[in-house]
Amino acid sequence: MQGMRGAPVRKPTLRIRLLGLVGRDRLISLASPLMLLLLWEALARTGIIDVRFFPAPTSIFATMVTLLKSGELWHHTMASLQRLALGSIIGGAPALFLGIIMGLSSPIRALVDPLIAATYPVPKSAILPLALLIFGLGEGSKIFMVAVGVFFPVAINATAGVLEINKIYLDVGRTFKASRWNTFRTIALPGALPFIMTGVRLGIGMGIVLIAIAEMIGAKSGLGYMIWSAWETFAVEQMYVGLFVIAIIGFIVTAILNEIEKILIPWRR
Amino acid sequence: MLMRSIEADNISAGHAIRVGNLSKRFGPVTAVDQISLDIANGEFFVIVGPSGCGKTTLLRILAGLEMPTEGSIDVVVPAGSTRPVSSVVFQGDSIFPWMTVWDNAAYGLRMRNAPGAQIKEVVGHYLDRTGLTKFAGHYPHQLSGGMRQRVSIVRAFANDPEILLMDEPFSALDAQNKLLLQEELLQIWEEHKKTVIYITHSVDEAVILGDRIMIMTAHPGRAKTILPVPLARPRSVMDLQKDPIFGDLVYQIWTSLREEVQHARKLDEARGCKA
Ligand SMILES: Nc1ncnc2c1ncn2[C@@H]1O[C@H](COP(=O)(O)OP(=O)(O)OP(=O)(O)O)[C@@H](O)[C@H]1O
Ligand SMILES: [Mg+2]
Repeated sequence: MQGMRGAPVRKPTLRIRLLGLVGRDRLISLASPLMLLLLWEALARTGIIDVRFFPAPTSIFATMVTLLKSGELWHHTMASLQRLALGSIIGGAPALFLGIIMGLSSPIRALVDPLIAATYPVPKSAILPLALLIFGLGEGSKIFMVAVGVFFPVAINATAGVLEINKIYLDVGRTFKASRWNTFRTIALPGALPFIMTGVRLGIGMGIVLIAIAEMIGAKSGLGYMIWSAWETFAVEQMYVGLFVIAIIGFIVTAILNEIEKILIPWRR
Repeated sequence: MLMRSIEADNISAGHAIRVGNLSKRFGPVTAVDQISLDIANGEFFVIVGPSGCGKTTLLRILAGLEMPTEGSIDVVVPAGSTRPVSSVVFQGDSIFPWMTVWDNAAYGLRMRNAPGAQIKEVVGHYLDRTGLTKFAGHYPHQLSGGMRQRVSIVRAFANDPEILLMDEPFSALDAQNKLLLQEELLQIWEEHKKTVIYITHSVDEAVILGDRIMIMTAHPGRAKTILPVPLARPRSVMDLQKDPIFGDLVYQIWTSLREEVQHARKLDEARGCKA
């Protein structure tokens, strides 16, 4: 009602209302998971849901604290992260080069495109047995799985990114006699970077999925292993802890990639 | 016909570019049709013509970006020159969005591994002359269209080529900046006497800048006439406006161009009907 008065009051009132709206929305988005947890807790305690499948959040949290204290959770998390990082680099770096070169050279594109088109639709999880066969039960097979998952989205997006670059920029490079390497470095790579970042994001997402799956079979460490062994010993709380940590990793990786993108692509409008 | 005679006049002077019966077809479209030209060393050669008559195509062929369907191009570089043959100021936006003004301007020099000190001096000099020094660290999206155009001009100049190929470089500029940059361009050109091929839609600009002006016909793109500009140099953009020769030439070119533009429009309309 007060906002309806004279013009001088209107502007600040509007601002306060907008701020209030933003604050309210933020509160809602904070409150909704909290509400779910509360509801979950209540339902578990009253026995309405089966605690064998849906243990109360407080008991999951307690398990998490125990696993943290014993160093077990840290150990598994670091194992997974290390594989994720190594696999991302081993799969991502060649994908970046190949993808950009495919974008720049149509003969190479003609050569490699059908290979990618044929192998891309194969579910990556289905090649785990093959990876185990070739690389054995050790680190190799896990890192390989991540690398495969990261490779395709990065390569495909890098190619698309280069093809999306306005031809005039490549013409500029030609008129200034830019060498192949300089064309790659100063035009193709920065020009395709927005697409490449999307590819990296998709690729690491795929990598997280695959590392969890790969660690469930024949691993002795990692979050996937932790979840799997929890299933074998029916330690349901531990299973949830594993799922929760994987979700957190996904969230943090996305946040970090967003920051990296801001630094790498300062020209983005 | 007229072209032949002018060509003959020019043969004595050392030419920088000789184009013989040059044609370029894109499928059914003949963009450039049988153009023959001799451009003298240090000449400021201007091309005007209706939109779509093949000006950019001709320039791209001269820059080596496009292969002619027929004909020959002969570019003569002075013996012992270490400079690049040509640099292009492209029509429209062509500066890299991912580089700062400075990096864009330094691009040509960096691509040919010029020493850092030279890059610093040359790029700094041209940025200064075009009023961009304060924006050296800016990215193109932080600049106005006219400023971006200036960066692209600086990029070509800083590369210090034998031949400058400029495709409507001032078209995105406001009248005041255009005037200033025309004067600046004239001054720089007087200093270095580079061979310039300059495309414009502005008849005034053609007369202000050019030694000779080629008027092109549309569909197919032919050389209609080549007119010499008998105005003394150094020229001042402001004083020229009062010169009767200037007015006469502008009028003459306009009349010639108007026929072509109307002709081109009719052709376009006829095509539109068919499509
Ligand atoms: N790569 C291409 N493929 C097919 N047609 C083309 C191509 N480039 C130009 N053309 C055609 O060639 C003709 C001449 O084009 P060009 O760009 O040289 O004209 P222009 O004189 O520079 O016009 P404007 O003054 O509008 O810039 C046009 O009809 C155009 O459609
Ligand atoms: Mg053009």
